[in-house]
Amino acid sequence: MSTLTSASNHSGQAESGANVMTFDADDAMVKKFILASLTFGLVGMLVGVILALQLAFWPANLDLPWTTFGRLRPLHTNAVIFAFTGNFIFAAIYYSLPRLTKTPMWNQTLSQIHFWGWQAIIVSAAITLPLGFTQTHEYAELIWPIDIAIALVWVVFAINFFGTIATRKVKHMYVAIWFYMSMVITITVLHIFNNLALPATLTRSYPIYSGMTDALVQWWYGHNAVGFLLTTPILGIMYYFLPKSVNRPVYSYRLSIIHFWALVFIYIWAGPHHLLYSGLPDWAQTVGSIFSIMLIAPSWGGMLNGLLTLRGAWDRLRTDPIVKFWAVAVSFYGMSTFEGPMMSLRSVNSLSHYTDWTIGHVHGGALGWVGMAAFACFYYIVPRVWKTTLHSLSLATAHFWLATVGIVLYIVAMWASGITQGLMWRAVDEGGQLQYANFMDTVLQLMPFYWIRLVGGLMYLSGLLVMLYNIGRTIQTSGSAVVAAPPAAFAK
Amino acid sequence: MSTEPKDKAKFDGAPATPPNDSWHRRLMEGRAGLFALMTTVGVSIGGIVEIIPMYSIAAGPEQMAEVTPYSPLEVAGRDIYSREGCVQCHSQMVRPFRAETMRYGTWSRAGEYTFDRPFLLGSRRIGPDLHRIGGKYPNAWHYEHMRDPRSTSAGSIMPPYSWLHKDTYTVADVTASVVALQTLGVPYTDEEVANVGASIKAQADAIVADLATAGIHTEPDKEIIALTAYLQRLGRDGSAAVKAREAAAPTPL
Repeated sequence: MSTLTSASNHSGQAESGANVMTFDADDAMVKKFILASLTFGLVGMLVGVILALQLAFWPANLDLPWTTFGRLRPLHTNAVIFAFTGNFIFAAIYYSLPRLTKTPMWNQTLSQIHFWGWQAIIVSAAITLPLGFTQTHEYAELIWPIDIAIALVWVVFAINFFGTIATRKVKHMYVAIWFYMSMVITITVLHIFNNLALPATLTRSYPIYSGMTDALVQWWYGHNAVGFLLTTPILGIMYYFLPKSVNRPVYSYRLSIIHFWALVFIYIWAGPHHLLYSGLPDWAQTVGSIFSIMLIAPSWGGMLNGLLTLRGAWDRLRTDPIVKFWAVAVSFYGMSTFEGPMMSLRSVNSLSHYTDWTIGHVHGGALGWVGMAAFACFYYIVPRVWKTTLHSLSLATAHFWLATVGIVLYIVAMWASGITQGLMWRAVDEGGQLQYANFMDTVLQLMPFYWIRLVGGLMYLSGLLVMLYNIGRTIQTSGSAVVAAPPAAFAK
Repeated sequence: MSTEPKDKAKFDGAPATPPNDSWHRRLMEGRAGLFALMTTVGVSIGGIVEIIPMYSIAAGPEQMAEVTPYSPLEVAGRDIYSREGCVQCHSQMVRPFRAETMRYGTWSRAGEYTFDRPFLLGSRRIGPDLHRIGGKYPNAWHYEHMRDPRSTSAGSIMPPYSWLHKDTYTVADVTASVVALQTLGVPYTDEEVANVGASIKAQADAIVADLATAGIHTEPDKEIIALTAYLQRLGRDGSAAVKAREAAAPTPL
């Protein structure tokens, strides 16, 4: 496969020699996006830990309107999806796109508007959600004025993105760019059509869709927000940063073509699996399940391409935390994309739906895939854009273990909790009556799992704090080193 | 058919892309506009095929003529339900399983949601499903439950919502909601829109009077009254219609 394109030979930042192409203006944006992602990542995960505590210990709701679980959960999901992951994706794109196209981002003013506009949106979300201003659609809770702002800022980003591609100096577009492009296009479509609503007041609106149609449009959006914000851009990032991190070409270019087109076509259809056994017409439920099963193939295509790119570099798994993070991230991607289709089978869904199994599933993807990929990229990018070496290799390794053990505790607790409650809901005694007719019995049974989940979440958050310290110390030595290829980036 | 420029290798001394004239490179991967167009087409098909039939009688969700729009006070209560994020912990969709119908009541039909904007099916039951909560408990139960959930449900992990008993809704605010819903096609008559205040007063006063019989004294403009009105309405049109149809038809629906 060595004759096929790799990220390495698309790199604009040659490691040595006089012909180094640099992108200082874009790297300045990368720094901003990274700091924003880290800041909001801390906030979003801290809120997540608070929510975990509230479920185990209800007085933690504090008896205040703006700190109850019902208002804080959207803050958690929006913060980790759009603020932590969103800023991470933008950082990675502003870093990799100029290097892949050998072209600076098209317009620096648009870059600035994109950055500050996005942060203003996040701040307004952090204010409005605890105040109870919500559209109630999951991951689309933000009220209509903020939705308009999101659309405008997204268009600014899209113009900058496509402007860069239009002026690129490398004709062939590397696979990472395809995945970025699919995000820019699809999120535009999803955001606009899911948020079509008529305002009643400045803070309240009603969707143009009603009932089951509203539910279908929302889960078409909700499932593909996962697909095109938490999956395809991260895959694009994987296709750039993973080969760069191990200095090896992508395993198979042909596989990337096949799984890209299959993924973008199939993903969109899977939304109805969120509405199995609902009033949604049966044909739509069945189509959703079938396409969910089909999704295994393109998803595992991406996973295999990532893992097999590590072939020949497995020895670095012992020494290089970046490789550790990538190996676990890609593995969790593979696990989650197998678990999801299984949960979209009616027989499994009848047990798993409405339970913590779903929560465990989404955190396998979010903490395991998105989070670990983000950490791998931060450890890769930070020394390069701040032109220094990472403060501590052993702290990065400690972060890796805290995060990995934290995820495992979290997911196993949620699997156990979900299956326990699902089985208790359906349990009948010999007389055919509900064995646990009092719903509360099925809740109190979960408390040990909720405490274990809290410990897992705290471990993951502690890992983040270790990384913040490590990156903070790294930035203090900014400019001290000419960066070489990994793993020499870790000097200590 | 264009081929890649010969001078590609000159940029920055980076190695050239390996020679590869495969058809997909010539056709797609060097042409950003076409690539973006194909991606747009690829991601659009699924949504179009699934969503557009929802607007057809044959393939869309079934309708129920017996289900009528929420009253203005219930609209106000629904807005409070949305604001407090009740949907984060409570579903409104009883699935067609024996274990669920025994626990909650008859399963949820598509036609029951016709006037739900936004839909509030939920995705996680941290607490029980609420689609058949209407009429299950007296008004006083909801009043006490929201004040202190553990006073009615021992062991509950639900937070108290004491501010609902102090904060008030306004007729002007509810009217804005009803007008918007009417514009979207909910069949409120102009007369109903003009008399939102009177409608609210009648329904709220009745709940306040009922609470008084249980020894609870409050005012009709408190948010808890609107929320109670909404919860007491939930799922009642549907379950009444199902009962009537089962009585009229020899085979169960």
